[in-house]
Amino acid sequence: MTLALATSVAELPALPLHTAGKYVAGAYIVLFVLVLVYVAIMALRLTRIQGELGRLLALSEKDEDASTRRELAVERDEHGERESARA
Amino acid sequence: MNSPSRPQVLGLRTLSVATVLAMALSLALDFFYAPLEAEQGFLQKIFYVHVPLAIVALCGFVLGGLLAIQHLRTRDPRWDMRSYVVIHMSLIFAVGTLITGSIWAKGSWGHWWVWSEPTLVSFLIIFLLYATYQPLRFAIEDPVRQSRYASVFAITAGAFVPLNYVAVNEATAYVHPRVFSSASNLPGSMALTLLVAVVAIALLFATLCSYELTAKRTRAQVRALRRRLEGETRAPRAQRSAVPSLAPVGGVPARAGAGAGATAANVAGATNVAGRPAL
Repeated sequence: MTLALATSVAELPALPLHTAGKYVAGAYIVLFVLVLVYVAIMALRLTRIQGELGRLLALSEKDEDASTRRELAVERDEHGERESARA
Repeated sequence: MNSPSRPQVLGLRTLSVATVLAMALSLALDFFYAPLEAEQGFLQKIFYVHVPLAIVALCGFVLGGLLAIQHLRTRDPRWDMRSYVVIHMSLIFAVGTLITGSIWAKGSWGHWWVWSEPTLVSFLIIFLLYATYQPLRFAIEDPVRQSRYASVFAITAGAFVPLNYVAVNEATAYVHPRVFSSASNLPGSMALTLLVAVVAIALLFATLCSYELTAKRTRAQVRALRRRLEGETRAPRAQRSAVPSLAPVGGVPARAGAGAGATAANVAGATNVAGRPAL
């Protein structure tokens, strides 16, 4: 497979880079850089969203803990009232 | 909060894979299949990136206008967002067109820019026209008015693009090569390479727009979730921005039936957003 690929690449015509190579390379590099910069910006945004989601997750867990504690306290109070009424 | 729907993720993935494959095929055809042009030689290879970038950028500007028409018809902020993203991306592609064109001009004519060439100057005019789009948006604080005015601008400028193209074509360009004109003798292999390059760049454009829309929608969802978790019933006053807002603005609802459950409120809602970023 690798050998076949290497053979086919070797058979490809040589690129005449000595004539206008720098201009052609420059044009293609411009496209590459544009895409690269865009991908970098998207990565930054993704990191920011990820961080914000992490904060929100922590906030929701804190809220859940607080509500569970409240429910337990209410249950304890109700149980205590029933016990005292029975006594 | 809803994660992106499965078709949406699959759509993005398919689009990304198709773009990578098309770009690879396009590069291979550019350098190893298309013959060297008799007059320009290797320098002509720049056209396989410059011309598709220009075509896609101009089509993107027109598409932005069409999406703006849809926004004015439905008052759905999602169309404004699509129009904004498409114009934004077209501007980036236009920058690429100008830079690659200048590089070609330097190699071919010995000058980075030739003011007497109508195609170059007309493209620069279109670019400068659209360069005012973002400042225009930023200048208007009220988001509703901002989106409406921006849509009117996008439609007017979008109509100017084909008019400008026709006008320049009618003018006698004596130096700028016409790749698609009937007068040029473009061999089949070159035409195929150019076609593949146009498809590849168009796919790149669609993929980047799709990512941008998904990112903006996700950000709106995260904001809505934060408001919900922090117990805010009303959206805080938005900071002035050129980016369209998907959040409910002053309680202005989108017209009912303008898409699947399309109201401004449920677009921003953390649990109700499921629409694909259709282009």
